[in-house]
Amino acid sequence: MTSFKRILKSGAEKFLRDRSSTGAALVVMTIALFVVSSLFILQGMSTFLVEELEEGVDVSAYFQDSATEEEIFQVREQLLGLGKVAEVEYVSKEEALRRFREAYEGNEAVLASLDAIGRNPLLAHLNLKARDPREYSSVVEFLGEEKFSSLIADVDFHDREPVIERLTLITKGIQTGVLAVIVALSVVAVLVAFNTIRLTIYGSKDEIEIMRLVGASSWFIRGPFLVQGVLVGMAASLLTLAFLFGLSFFIGDQLRSFTGFDVSSFLARHLFVLFLLQLACGIGLGILSSTIAIRKYLRT
Amino acid sequence: MISWRNVTKIYSDTSVALRDVSFDVAKGEFVSVVGKSGAGKTTLLKLLLAEERPTRGEVVFEELVVHTLRPSHLPQLRRSIGVIFQDYKLLNSKTAHENVAYVMEVMGFPEETIARDVAEVLGIVGLTERATHYPMQLSGGEQQRVAIARALIHRPSVIVADEPTGNLDPYHTRDIMRLLLRINELGTTVILATHNKEIVNRLGRRVITLSEGQLVRDEKEGKFIVL
Repeated sequence: MTSFKRILKSGAEKFLRDRSSTGAALVVMTIALFVVSSLFILQGMSTFLVEELEEGVDVSAYFQDSATEEEIFQVREQLLGLGKVAEVEYVSKEEALRRFREAYEGNEAVLASLDAIGRNPLLAHLNLKARDPREYSSVVEFLGEEKFSSLIADVDFHDREPVIERLTLITKGIQTGVLAVIVALSVVAVLVAFNTIRLTIYGSKDEIEIMRLVGASSWFIRGPFLVQGVLVGMAASLLTLAFLFGLSFFIGDQLRSFTGFDVSSFLARHLFVLFLLQLACGIGLGILSSTIAIRKYLRT
Repeated sequence: MISWRNVTKIYSDTSVALRDVSFDVAKGEFVSVVGKSGAGKTTLLKLLLAEERPTRGEVVFEELVVHTLRPSHLPQLRRSIGVIFQDYKLLNSKTAHENVAYVMEVMGFPEETIARDVAEVLGIVGLTERATHYPMQLSGGEQQRVAIARALIHRPSVIVADEPTGNLDPYHTRDIMRLLLRINELGTTVILATHNKEIVNRLGRRVITLSEGQLVRDEKEGKFIVL
């Protein structure tokens, strides 16, 4: 227990006094964690954008004037029964007219021509959202079946089909691409941090030799370096979080107006996970690189 | 107490550090090992500390054959020997007090004992006032006295000094030698490797002379003889 306390104390002293090695490791580790965290945020942002795009896609089935509300509800039930549809919204003729008037409020020409018709020309319809963008074509196929031909006047989807297909491809592409970039940049950042720690320990090789010669056990020598590595990891995590919040404060508004993605609230929502991720990366990196680097000097 | 038995150390075909060297050092002796640079003095000491392995022969310390010890037992061996180097080898990120205390911390002594003994030993080497200074803030002589305090602190049975005065002026040299003699008078065995003729001749103690890796002279009250 005394030894453990002494190792902790000695590691804390190294962290505070060994300013050049602590400083170098801290800077590189913070950059590495910043890269990893930025990529975590980028992944969150890409998921958000893809969801936004998917939200924008829907299918509308317009019913004949002759179709009764009861028949429309039956179709709705059958659609929900498919298991592919996330939500179905019923819009009656009256509601469709109200929305039309609302949308063209102030556009006298459009409203005057609507009045000139003398009756409500709009059709009752169902707006559908699929669970998965890939499901749209099968939903549309279902609505095109013979049994619905007397009820359904039109299915508004064909025009958007290429968009949906491309979107599906882009969604996949973005997610695979982002993942590849995350892995590649994280590996680079981790390797740079790892080598910096190795170099700082190389700078301490005389110190390690002295410790060996006065009879320190391997753990008594290794321990303070590990403690220093852990403290650097913790300090780097805090610094990175501070940087991220600072940055979101400065560029958050522009980013939100440009993409709709609210980086500050994303950070706040994922603060715990992000901090844990940073701590795990920082401490893990500190311990692993110190252990590997120091092993070489502890052989005899 | 310590024996070098037919020790040969060959680094490479062109570099033979020791050739069939044998001698014993008894408890409480003060032995000077002399010879030119490259005569094998430092290798002799490194073999005792298990920093190097002999190519042939063995070094025995208190009935243990040093190079057969497992790595996990080496710290124990090194704690029984106090070492003083020409370049002091102090930990630069620790103060004089902490450098001396480090050896006791390694050995698991309680804090109160460490505080008491370190203060006492720093007093013996005349560094009470400089206890909180870092090595960089001390003169060469002061750094060497810290190194001696560190070698002494845990009362090892033997102190090995490799050219301890090599970087010091005559005034500090006399100072350090006086300290080593005092340590020896208190019962600690001292092995001094040096090429300083004056200090060896003044000591009037046992002298082992090495030349090109061979033991060429071993005298009870020897002199430094230039070969």
